Amino acid sequence: MTLFDFLQRLLGRQKPSGTMAKERLQLVLAHDRSDLNPELLEQMRREILEVVQRYVEIDLEEGDVSLETEDRVTALVANLPIKRARPLPALVAAAAAVGMAQAPDAEPAPQELAVPLASEPAEEPSPADPD
Amino acid sequence: MDAVTSASPRIILICSGKGGVGKTTLTANLGIALARLGERTVVLDADFGLRNLDLLLGLENRIVYTAQEVLAETCRLEQALVKHKQEPNLALLPAGNPRMLEWLTPEDMQRIVAMVAERADYVLIDCPAGIEDGFKNAAAAAREAIVITTPEVSAVRDADRVIGLLNTRGVAPVQLVLNRVRPKMMASQEMLGVDDVTDILALPLVGLVVEDEQVIVSTNRGEPLTLNGNGSPAAKAYQNIARRLRGEDVPLEDPSKARRGLRARLMNKIRKTTGLF
Repeated sequence: MTLFDFLQRLLGRQKPSGTMAKERLQLVLAHDRSDLNPELLEQMRREILEVVQRYVEIDLEEGDVSLETEDRVTALVANLPIKRARPLPALVAAAAAVGMAQAPDAEPAPQELAVPLASEPAEEPSPADPD
Repeated sequence: MDAVTSASPRIILICSGKGGVGKTTLTANLGIALARLGERTVVLDADFGLRNLDLLLGLENRIVYTAQEVLAETCRLEQALVKHKQEPNLALLPAGNPRMLEWLTPEDMQRIVAMVAERADYVLIDCPAGIEDGFKNAAAAAREAIVITTPEVSAVRDADRVIGLLNTRGVAPVQLVLNRVRPKMMASQEMLGVDDVTDILALPLVGLVVEDEQVIVSTNRGEPLTLNGNGSPAAKAYQNIARRLRGEDVPLEDPSKARRGLRARLMNKIRKTTGLF
């Protein structure tokens, strides 16, 4: 470690490189494991936001859809702060029917949806299938 | 052959994805260590394009036949198995030679391993780097696997790919060896820590090998470290892996957290907070 690095760390400006390595790995592995390229992920993100926006107004600035991984399970995590529900009676009725109604003037509350993806990319047809 | 033959020998693939992380060194040292513990062990070099296991074991001048000749029935298995002189419990079988015209298929690999397994307690398969045909061939015959990696981003990423492929193939258990550990750098967090790597790869750790110059010396000589039982840290680590594989409970200690005394503990603390030394 050079003196410069040391000063940077002492001032809290730079993380130790081991920590950076771990963070970078976790990110890249989440993508490797899901076998989704950034383009596809971006497309999926847009479509998810579209669907959610049909029901509620969300804060697009704060919204975040990303892949996270833990214990070899990759999850799609969406963190979408809700401004207010759409006041359309039909929608409210439809939502109520499946028990998901939200008061029209609900406080903005971030909703976290975690959808586990398959933990492994489907590269092999099946374990029993010899290639 | 022993009267007490174990019904099902352990057939272990040693793989890493990335090249140069220590697969062949682990295979050679583990092979010798298991043989010294009384296990009849065969090490199979599945990396015939760039084979090196013979060199690490000091057997490079004694190879006449390979698995290919055995499969073609131009020689018997006994003729192809190269017995280690100092450690007769260990034999080497190269899958082929670099001039081989036809590559082996996964079925060939299964056949040769089945033949070898009849006369062994342990079959260690030294896997080629990569995740292509060479890996698939080597993995075809394996029941369990050891993935070896180093605390570097590229090695860990490649190990992750290999673990994914092993999982889809139903190879289990898969255990992890972390190689070239530098305790000082880990303690100052300038290297991925032991826990970081095991968290990311989510595999049980079967061994930790610290960076050790003696590994290079032993490779130069063609005498694996475990052969002479010298007390170098890497030799100890390889022996411990062999014992753990046999089911012995040998505690694993994270060398970057080793606490030898008050002074060492204090220094560790200072190192961690300041990143100095």
